[in-house]
Amino acid sequence: MKEVLEILESDARLSAGEIAIMLSMEEEEIQRVIKELEKKKVILKYMTLVNWEKAGEEKVLAMIEVRVTPQRDTGFDAVAERIYRFPQVRSMHLMSGAYDLAVFVEGQNMREVSHFVATKLATIEGVLSTTTHFVLRTYKQDGVILEDGEKDRRLAVSP
Amino acid sequence: MNRNTSWSELVNPLVRSIPWSGIRKFFDLVTETPGVISLGVGEPDFVTPWHIREACIYSLEKGYTMYTSNYGLLELRQAIARDLQSTRRLIYNPENEILITVGVSEGLDLAMRALVCPGDEVLVPEPSYVSYAPCVVLSGGRVVSLPSTMDSGFRISAEQVAASITPRTKILLLCYPNNPTGTVMDRQTLLEIAEVVRDRNLLVISDEIYDKLTYVGEHTCIATLPGMKERTVLLNGFSKTYAMTGWRVGYAAGNADFIGAMTKIHQYTMLCAPITAQMAAVEALQNGGPAMMHMVQEYNRRRLLVIHAFRDMGLPCFEPGGAFYAFPEISGTGLSSEEFARHLLQEEKVAVVPGNAFGSSGEGFVRCSYTTSVESLSEAFRRMARFVKARGVQPKTVNVTVPDVSYLIPPAAEEAAG
Repeated sequence: MKEVLEILESDARLSAGEIAIMLSMEEEEIQRVIKELEKKKVILKYMTLVNWEKAGEEKVLAMIEVRVTPQRDTGFDAVAERIYRFPQVRSMHLMSGAYDLAVFVEGQNMREVSHFVATKLATIEGVLSTTTHFVLRTYKQDGVILEDGEKDRRLAVSP
Repeated sequence: MNRNTSWSELVNPLVRSIPWSGIRKFFDLVTETPGVISLGVGEPDFVTPWHIREACIYSLEKGYTMYTSNYGLLELRQAIARDLQSTRRLIYNPENEILITVGVSEGLDLAMRALVCPGDEVLVPEPSYVSYAPCVVLSGGRVVSLPSTMDSGFRISAEQVAASITPRTKILLLCYPNNPTGTVMDRQTLLEIAEVVRDRNLLVISDEIYDKLTYVGEHTCIATLPGMKERTVLLNGFSKTYAMTGWRVGYAAGNADFIGAMTKIHQYTMLCAPITAQMAAVEALQNGGPAMMHMVQEYNRRRLLVIHAFRDMGLPCFEPGGAFYAFPEISGTGLSSEEFARHLLQEEKVAVVPGNAFGSSGEGFVRCSYTTSVESLSEAFRRMARFVKARGVQPKTVNVTVPDVSYLIPPAAEEAAG
């Protein structure tokens, strides 16, 4: 099962048939495992990693450090949910250290992100402070280097 | 000397007698053809893992740019000794029983030159890597081929070795896991061969560069068999295991006197392996385990795809247990190895290496390496399938019985797997 996940994580487009051959298993078995993993939400979604800058789209990404007051019973979770439900939030983590939540917000431009932070995020009850860092450049995402200058330089035929 | 004498006539007859590598000939043809998917590459598609490259850069920053001991960096020899002890339970003294060479290629050349006297015979399994026979010839020795066939899984046998021995036979060369067939030798066959080697007082030069790339069963190092360590020169390196082909760093391990003899040649002809590569090799041995395991796992998955693809298109293909090559039989197309490779290149832009480049017993086969992405492999197989179908090979019908490799799995492991 772990191997199926590893293979799909590196290339979600491989068919159950191909995965079955690679793992010396039956295709039906792989199909069943994948269905099960999808049902259990171990596999959440199949997506495409896009370099939007190259596609000519203007987008800005900001990492916002958020300090919050944890609540009795729910801890950080209730406040966190009020934040991550916003579609502008691309990803979000509870952190150890100087602040509590690392919130990655995406928008068309800086103004849009600032507006979101000022009017939505900072005003949520329990949010103590926000510090916004705009991303200047993305070098690597989800294990993929965006502009990888390394290419196949091997001789076409070698002993 | 007459100025009109042509250089080729002045060249040492031994050098004149050896042909250019069959691969070289084909290489020019491939580079002239644009848009080729090459399955002809004898090296990993992974670039050397970053931690190894980074360690090398650091060593340059620190000014490690000098000669090392003729034997190589002691730190590297110690790391190799530790690795051989932990993986093979072999104990070599890093002071005088291990020599760092410029790839296994140099180790092979040194071993032959240090051992072979004019007229000595060297037993060389076939099909096999292109360098063995020329190295024997250049040392003044005579090559006695041990041809193998797909029926035996391209393994040589003890009887075959025994039958080929003459009073001049000095060395048995072993090269498993094998390039180009991917054959892995089972322990039992090696035990039988070792018995012949001991009885007939031969020496073994064993090129085990692909040892870590063994996917079925476990690699048996010939030096670990009873009485064999003292009569074996073990050659290995970093090229395949750690994706470090261009670094050119390998090693020889064996008897101190003999390693000394090899080092004597090495000291006058090479002085030492490049320190930069040696520093990188130290890092590879110390911290390269996880990245290597990842690569091995990836090769194995591709290997299974490749075997499946050939059988699907109707080409008999022996299951390679190691290395990163498959060696399908293509004689069903009615073409020779060279014709097959040439036409496939011209018509479908897929490069493979004709099997006869690895000895005449490779005729009727081609070598396909799976050191390329799954995506490229799949496309290459689509093209090959079209090519062989057009020549009357029926898909999904493998008429020849392809031997399975269950002999590689020890009975206990088989039960557990069942």
